[in-house]
Amino acid sequence: MSKIALDLRGLLCPLPVIRVQDKIKTLQQGDELEVTCTDPGVMHDIPTWCRINGHSVLASRSSDYEFILNLQVGGSDGD
Amino acid sequence: MSNKRKAVALISGGLDSLLAAKVIQEQGVHVEGINFFTGFCVEGHTHAIRKKDKAKPKRNNALWVAEQLNMKLHIVDVIEEYKSVLLNPKHGYGANMNPCLDCKVFMVAKAKQWIEENDFDFIITGEVVGQRPMSQRKDTMPVISRESGADDLLLRPLCAKNLPETLPEHEGWVNRDELFDFSGRTRKPQMALADQYGFEDYATPAGGCCFLTDKSYSVKLVDLWKYRGSKEYELDDIMLLKVGRHIRPGGNYKLIVAREEGESRFLQGYKKGFTWLQVTSHGGPLTLVEGEITEADLPLAARLVARFSQGRDADKVSVECVRDGEVTTLDVKPMPAHEIPAEWYV
Repeated sequence: MSKIALDLRGLLCPLPVIRVQDKIKTLQQGDELEVTCTDPGVMHDIPTWCRINGHSVLASRSSDYEFILNLQVGGSDGD
Repeated sequence: MSNKRKAVALISGGLDSLLAAKVIQEQGVHVEGINFFTGFCVEGHTHAIRKKDKAKPKRNNALWVAEQLNMKLHIVDVIEEYKSVLLNPKHGYGANMNPCLDCKVFMVAKAKQWIEENDFDFIITGEVVGQRPMSQRKDTMPVISRESGADDLLLRPLCAKNLPETLPEHEGWVNRDELFDFSGRTRKPQMALADQYGFEDYATPAGGCCFLTDKSYSVKLVDLWKYRGSKEYELDDIMLLKVGRHIRPGGNYKLIVAREEGESRFLQGYKKGFTWLQVTSHGGPLTLVEGEITEADLPLAARLVARFSQGRDADKVSVECVRDGEVTTLDVKPMPAHEIPAEWYV
């Protein structure tokens, strides 16, 4: 199982979702991905994308200007 | 082996595509959604950037639709490929810079490519005959089927009964009798069907997220191309058209003046690639310079920037200009609002 970080600061939705989607295609079930963003929209868009594609949000946190989500690649064939 | 048929639905996030996908799901077909990001669907970006709106960011409606339908959604970045559609639309533009018919042909063609690569059977859209002046007319809908290469693999469930039978209907993958005959600009049949399915809180009917249909955005885009001397653009160009006041005092440069703190913060990310100005003696917005500003232009640019600072009524305001890493500080009198020609505002 690997842990990977993805810096998506400066990108506006849906680009952070697209980058997560494309990165997860390259990962294995159980791998973890930490994404750092500046668009507050990721706090609902990325969890929604994870729910419909079978992945999990392990944790999320935010400061004034950054939004960080920890994701785990699910066991479905979701991409 | 399951013989369940599979369809991909073009999901914009609006009501029509939601209903079209639902109608086909109800017939036992496996449906997944596809959404294309051209770079111009930026309705949530103002909320994402502006400080006052950050607490209530807009949802992505395509994702919301996918969740309502419990289906996967594939979001595809087509920013580069879309340039050829916008720059050379075979069927021309709509009221603004919107190449709606070419856009729909492009997206259906991409969907056709996707179903071939992913072993799906057909394509669904939420199009309704007569609903849009350019892409959803009785005479242009066959153009989309034909020029996209999708032909009879393209099914429009909401108005299928007004159109020739498609392969999914002919083969019995879907029952034509359970499709619809909606037409025209009225939204009542769609709203009634949404009510029947129990959908609430869907995106505003007939709403669209493409800024190419927006007049002021299109004016800024045309201005960018005109003064750049070419129709080339990058994603950053089209993002910046949504941010700040755009003021063009001369053909060689344009000022992008942040309107509030959130926009200043967003523009900070672009400082490396641009000449920029910042009032230092008073509070004030960050300003980027798009184009090639000369030494002789700086006093005027500084006076304009000072006008939007908290020192707008002061006799003297200090403005720092950073160009190619070189810092110049100018002390200027802010330009009064009434002296700024209206035509400078893009």
